Amino acid sequence: MSRIETEVAIIGGGIAGCSAALHLARRNVPVMLFDKGFAGAGASGVNFGGVRRNGRHIEEMALATRSLADYWHKLEDWLGTDCEFTVTGQLKLARNADELALLDAYAEAAAPYDLGLEPLNRNALMERYDWVGEWAFAAWHCPSDGHANSRLVGPAFAKAARAAGADLREHESVVHAETLGDGFEIATKSGLAVRANRLLNCAGGWGAEIAALFGEQVPIVPLAPQMAVTEPCPYFLEPVLGMVGGELYVRQIPRGNIILGNGGGGEVDLASGRTKVRPADTLASLADAVKLVRPLANVNVIRTWTGIEGKTPDGYPIIGPSATTTGLFHAIGFSGHGFQLGPATGAVLAELALDDATPTDISAMSIKRFTAPAT
Amino acid sequence: MTDALFRRLADTDRKRVVIVVDGEPVEALAGDTLLTALLTTGHHLRDSEFGDGPRAGFCLMGACQDCWINLEAGGRVRACSTFVSDGLRVRRPKSTS
Amino acid sequence: MTGPRVLIVGAGPAGSRAAAVLAAAGLRPVVVDEAPRSGGQVYRRPPRDCHRPAKDLYGFEAAKALDLHRAFDGLGEAVDYRPETLVWNVHDGEACTRHSDGTLERIPYDAALLATGAMDRIIPFPGWTTPGVYTLGAAQIAYKYQGCAIGSCVALLGTGPLLYLVAYQYATHGAEVAVVLDTARLSDGVRALPDLLWGGATFAKGLYYRSWLALHGIPLRNGVTPIGVDGEDRVRALRYRDSRGREHHLACDALAFGYSLRSETQLADLLGCAFEFDPLGYQWRPRADGDGRASIKSVYLAGDGAGISGADAADRRGELAALALLADHGQAVDTRRVARLRRELARLQRFRRGLETAFPFPRRLAEGLGDDVLLCRCESIKAGEFRAQAHGLGAAEVNRAKAFSRVGMGRCQGRVCHTAAAEVLAEQLGCEAAAVGRLRGQAPIKPLPIPGQGS
Repeated sequence: MSRIETEVAIIGGGIAGCSAALHLARRNVPVMLFDKGFAGAGASGVNFGGVRRNGRHIEEMALATRSLADYWHKLEDWLGTDCEFTVTGQLKLARNADELALLDAYAEAAAPYDLGLEPLNRNALMERYDWVGEWAFAAWHCPSDGHANSRLVGPAFAKAARAAGADLREHESVVHAETLGDGFEIATKSGLAVRANRLLNCAGGWGAEIAALFGEQVPIVPLAPQMAVTEPCPYFLEPVLGMVGGELYVRQIPRGNIILGNGGGGEVDLASGRTKVRPADTLASLADAVKLVRPLANVNVIRTWTGIEGKTPDGYPIIGPSATTTGLFHAIGFSGHGFQLGPATGAVLAELALDDATPTDISAMSIKRFTAPAT
Repeated sequence: MTDALFRRLADTDRKRVVIVVDGEPVEALAGDTLLTALLTTGHHLRDSEFGDGPRAGFCLMGACQDCWINLEAGGRVRACSTFVSDGLRVRRPKSTS
Repeated sequence: MTGPRVLIVGAGPAGSRAAAVLAAAGLRPVVVDEAPRSGGQVYRRPPRDCHRPAKDLYGFEAAKALDLHRAFDGLGEAVDYRPETLVWNVHDGEACTRHSDGTLERIPYDAALLATGAMDRIIPFPGWTTPGVYTLGAAQIAYKYQGCAIGSCVALLGTGPLLYLVAYQYATHGAEVAVVLDTARLSDGVRALPDLLWGGATFAKGLYYRSWLALHGIPLRNGVTPIGVDGEDRVRALRYRDSRGREHHLACDALAFGYSLRSETQLADLLGCAFEFDPLGYQWRPRADGDGRASIKSVYLAGDGAGISGADAADRRGELAALALLADHGQAVDTRRVARLRRELARLQRFRRGLETAFPFPRRLAEGLGDDVLLCRCESIKAGEFRAQAHGLGAAEVNRAKAFSRVGMGRCQGRVCHTAAAEVLAEQLGCEAAAVGRLRGQAPIKPLPIPGQGS
């Protein structure tokens, strides 16, 4: 057994974990990260790719704004690549007056955050976007939202973290972790014994398992949104398209492929990490596709996939200090909308680990809302 | 050298079928695939989406997916595995880049 | 009717033989096949409007082809035959199908027998996407299925028995064959002789094709390296280097090429079958025992879709897999027949080893692929872009390299480019191709259209 000492250990190499590693390394703090597979290959790498603030829980807005302004718009500076992040705007569709009322109420609540939201009735929609389908009763447009290539972001953060001096170990599962009172001991699959002063739980869909090691029972269940992508088509769909309820969302990349995502339902085996797309769900999404985007009729879908996310009962992530263990910090349970938050989440985790404080308001995402403090 | 890619060698004694390609009538034989019809009278099925030039299929067995063309009535078909029928109207996809 | 509900995917020699065996045992398997008629590729039947003598289509294999077709046609209602139907996914004991007319269905099964065949294995070269360049299989299908030659002056390039068979078929039916270029060296063939002799009549036919071509003045060259195809909108010429390194420029208007075959394994992958890298066939294949049992219970594999072994082997493997299925489900089988089939397959396997030795896969052509050559024709990604993207983010295996570079993300799901992409990546990483893994299958295994309004 080989023993290693480090300052901060991170479990999970998705965007949040790798971003935390990058920030810590840039502050010259020894940091080790462990992922059971390739960095960024979990939910970070298989999600829809929407980079949005519109529609978020209002309490996430501070974190999301920080992520957008300081990271997404500056990816080239941080990572040497922009990961194809583009501000294309986002259209959130309502299918009827009730759904529109929800969007109207949201726009009002989000007003302090300067999203630039703009309402569009059906005529305005049809005029500006002649491809909208029969479901488009009305919509709100958010000009500051966009999308990126989710396959690239996690690995790019991993590469930057390594370049900054972080020690990232891929294909190295953490098999056990415990607190020693004044620090942590982590054991890995290949027999490493790591001693760290701080521990970050960024284990995504497996985050609850890690939390449980420290007596924190968090009600996270696996969530598997299912994606489909089409063959390349002539580019016409500029804004990212969502709808009230989140049943289906659509975006097109400049090369022409159109990606469709649904809210969840893929088959998950947490133990093996294997997932399967349900064919019935594929067909259901395809059947509805033209109701959102008319030119999708007869376009070929060429691939589907899904992945494992962690969903909390209230849909808010869990970000912040452990309720039981000093020096342990969580960033899990992103409930299918963690992609945009990832980069800033990493920054926040680094601040918490080193300074025990962060300027970003994450109070609504405390684990304490689920767990009682240790006795 | 003719303008066509493919050369008919056998079994030309079949019923004539006329399809319409990009608005122009094209003569084919019953039992021809769209690929045969297009390539015995021309030398491409589509342009690559990404600007690297014309394509004319590759594997002829429905595996390579290089021969998709558009039906005017809506929809797309693989030219190598779709038979001609009288009056069928097709369009060769153009580059999108 | 009692007994397991059996799904057979593929109505080529393996699938149709399996269907016959199961039907004879009192089961009524569902046989799903994409083509309008049975026969697969090697015994592909022309469209119903076409009337060609079997000898024209199948040459020396005419009797075998007709026998197989008759046997399958004769099954009638004893099988539930679904032609023109694609299995685009398998999930929870059901096959998800789509008929060419758009009808979608779910077919439940208790046991699945996959006989999904193969396609040509290729390595890109400069100009390989030019109209007029086809696989050897395509050249054969153009003739067999449509009575056409792919051009007026056809060059043939690659390695493997198909190279000579297609050349012979073309030359004996009125097409001009400009040249036959084999990347294998004659010394490879000499080394392979002891195993090739096990091929009996099949080997004799191969020698016959080659001799016939030579006797009829068609240039045959060994130890060849392709340089590229010239022509903007269509093939105008082929450039290649001979075994002495001399460059040749050959005017032609079509080129057919290929380096043996590559199994179609997407459904086996979706079913969760374990895979192994077969060093002899130099490719990944789903793991199966000698009788065709896959690593997943109630899944059986037969024919070229389970590892390239040729038509004669496919027939026998189809029968063996069907017998294994019956035995596993409590039916008595003729153990002497099983023993005989195993012996015949062992003999064919020795011949197969000879073929792989005589016609080795020319990896060097893939490893040395120029940066400027298109690697992925679906997505139009050059080899240099692939190398840069894979290296840039440190891809250590093919799926990762696909995620970073888009190679393999196109409509064909890597069927065409996977082989060369693995070689290029392996060369970059300094390891063997097997070490970079294999592209995972994803549903739909072939493009599935989004329904139009009101569908």
